[in-house]
Amino acid sequence: MAASILAEARVEGLLEGFRVLDLADEKGQLCGKILGDLGAEVLKIERPGGDASRRRGPFHHDHEDPEKGLFWLANNTSKKGITLNLETARGLELLRHLVRSADFVIESFKPGYLEGLGLGYRDLELIKPEIILTSITPFGQSGPYATHEATDLTASAMGGLVRILGEQGHPPVRMSCDPQAYCQAGVHGAVGSMVAHYHRELSTQGQHVDVSMQQAVVLSTMSSAETYDLMGVNVSGTGQAYIIPRPEPLGPVFLRFIYACKDGFVVCYFVGGFGAGVKSSRALADWANEEGMALEFKEFDFGQWNVFGMSQQEVERYFDIIGEFLMTKTKEELYEGAVKRGIMLAPCATTEDIYRNRHLEARGFWQAIEHPELGDTLRYPGAPVRPSEASWRIRCRAPRIGEHNEEVYRGELGLSEREMVALQADGII
Amino acid sequence: MSRQVFEGIKVADFAWAGVGPMVGRELAQHGATVIRVESHLRPDSLRTGGPFKDGVPGINRSGLFAAYNTNKLGISLDLNDPRGQQIAKKLVAWADIVSDSMRPGTMARWGLDYESCRRLNPSVIYFSTTQQGQHGPHRDFQGFGHHANALLGISGATGSPDRAPTLPFTAYCDFIGPWYLIIGVIGALLRRRKTGRGMYLEQSQFEAGLSFLGTHLLDCEANGHVVSRMGSRDRYLSPHGVYPCRGIDRWVVIAVTDEARWQAFCEAIGEPGWAGDERFSTLAERKRNEDRLDELIAGWTRNHTPQQVMTTLQSAGVAAGIVQTGEDLLGDPQLQHREHYRTLEHPEIGPHAYNAPAYRLSRTPCSIDRAAPCLGQHNDRVYREMLGQSEQEIATLRAEGVITSDPQDDA
Repeated sequence: MAASILAEARVEGLLEGFRVLDLADEKGQLCGKILGDLGAEVLKIERPGGDASRRRGPFHHDHEDPEKGLFWLANNTSKKGITLNLETARGLELLRHLVRSADFVIESFKPGYLEGLGLGYRDLELIKPEIILTSITPFGQSGPYATHEATDLTASAMGGLVRILGEQGHPPVRMSCDPQAYCQAGVHGAVGSMVAHYHRELSTQGQHVDVSMQQAVVLSTMSSAETYDLMGVNVSGTGQAYIIPRPEPLGPVFLRFIYACKDGFVVCYFVGGFGAGVKSSRALADWANEEGMALEFKEFDFGQWNVFGMSQQEVERYFDIIGEFLMTKTKEELYEGAVKRGIMLAPCATTEDIYRNRHLEARGFWQAIEHPELGDTLRYPGAPVRPSEASWRIRCRAPRIGEHNEEVYRGELGLSEREMVALQADGII
Repeated sequence: MSRQVFEGIKVADFAWAGVGPMVGRELAQHGATVIRVESHLRPDSLRTGGPFKDGVPGINRSGLFAAYNTNKLGISLDLNDPRGQQIAKKLVAWADIVSDSMRPGTMARWGLDYESCRRLNPSVIYFSTTQQGQHGPHRDFQGFGHHANALLGISGATGSPDRAPTLPFTAYCDFIGPWYLIIGVIGALLRRRKTGRGMYLEQSQFEAGLSFLGTHLLDCEANGHVVSRMGSRDRYLSPHGVYPCRGIDRWVVIAVTDEARWQAFCEAIGEPGWAGDERFSTLAERKRNEDRLDELIAGWTRNHTPQQVMTTLQSAGVAAGIVQTGEDLLGDPQLQHREHYRTLEHPEIGPHAYNAPAYRLSRTPCSIDRAAPCLGQHNDRVYREMLGQSEQEIATLRAEGVITSDPQDDA
């Protein structure tokens, strides 16, 4: 008996029993996915014909089709899908009806759009006082840039991330594994929603959570603003090296972090003088020595390696010696050896390498999701946190267009067959 | 002032470096009492790394440490000493939440692993976060956030196609895990209100990071496509990139998202003819002639500041933005409007800018009112007032180095 109660508690998600209406476009869809993976019932509300983010590539088997967009599939798991035209009186009425049953509403329209429809926070609060409205926009609900157009690239730039990517002497870049700014906005939307949810559970008060994608990006830049505030220095992308600032006349020293190897690149921290680098560098030199390489380091005391005093040429010579050894091995050989020997080295992995990573496999990270309509089973990234007595996992694949119209409009709101046909004919669902 | 969301929630913060401490920070910004436990014998790696105030190293001068420990109290304690462990256990008994970001096995050695803590405090909520989690063949992997960036594929997917992978100047993977942990911890607190039971939360920061790669992972899984370095280009949009501006090392980004905006872009920059130019008339053509198109656009942007380009294009409804430096962020009028940076006075750093959360709550705003602690700054307050140690006990513990202090002060 006790065991079965425990097993039951184990499978329940942390948001089981709560309902989310998800009106967000691509900028905010990760937020609803997170709440859904935690067990909330998420209704993704799309305009008739489907959300525009369904047409964002790439597509399954490169077949352009709103049911096959991989961005859509990745960011809308654990959601049910209904269609609804908010720009009709009947559509608004249906939405108001759904708000009564909801605990969270997530949206990413331009600031003011929902108020214009009579669905701003003040309006929702009248329908349901405990409601939490989470608005995810590029710059927040007000301020000088609030109505600016934004994409992943422009939000990444305005949040300071682009400036610190790339190489000296080349233009800054964005991360090609886009859209990172949307992911940051989505996860911070979920954090804000949870803080508000906690307050509601204690007080029965709802509130408006106003998320800024720009700020979410700023929080991922580590120390850009801090470095300027403390030292008057603007940092920028440093390519394959890390910069240690030093007083004149020496000036900064570039420590090589990215090395070529037999079949790609690795990030390797081969630096002595202080901290964990001493042990790690010794272990790497020992490995090279065993294979008759980097013999110059055989008796070398890495504790004496003084990065604060050496010239760039001297450190480059060290990097070249160890680089020669790294060139003799593959990413995987180096990585496995590094884990075993306590060397601070990791492969510059490709998505293909990630699916082959044996650690992720051993931890049971991947979640295989069936897509009968695509005739395929796809492995999705699993839980970002593993709670001991609750489940954090994908509940179901992303919905197809209007997949749950029947269930919600007929089953729940009790519309008749005839009303459904009329709604369809009027372009409302 | 209204009650803070997490008022009364107590956190024994044994986590160090970046990811773990950011969880306690978020809770502290909404009213939780968070006690950071540190030691002079092995200071937080963020305290010994920069950026330092005025570039001068010092255990209490690090901007990174300051950034992730806003609103916390700080104590110093030697956890390798059995008496230190006894005091730590008092803290565990006091706490609602215990945090751990040590290498797997470290907390167990101190008698502070989840099972031990649960015996002291049956309903404790406990999280462990490390780069690769508590179990699995690579659990003992050692590295910085930069290594995690490489494992995640971020390094390989950042930079120019004709160059090697790059090292983002941020331990980017460290800025994914904490947000999920906060979500999990809040969920666990609410679950405990219902069931009375605590919870253990385990995180591999690498796995948390992969949640931001969903589209690209599926593209590999379904299509065998591997995401590679594309500079700032986009597979589906053009023009889309970073362009040079007037000034030294100044840049602007422009992203044209559809045909109507392409027309608007050409009009706005005074080149309406480009829209009709057959090299650029469709997305496919613009993609084919992208090098030439980017050169032409750069010819225009070079004569303007990033601010001018942004204003001109935004007026036409085209997405454009300044490639903001650290200095730009601090002066950004939008971030100022949002009160993103809050200036707090720190005993050694002086006035310094601290980040607010990315969201604003209409009813229960965050409160950011205490700069990160100096090492051991709140020893008296915590040991005497909160844990009930006597003056004499504290003096003895201090003299015997259980409550650690700066070796230079003793000299």
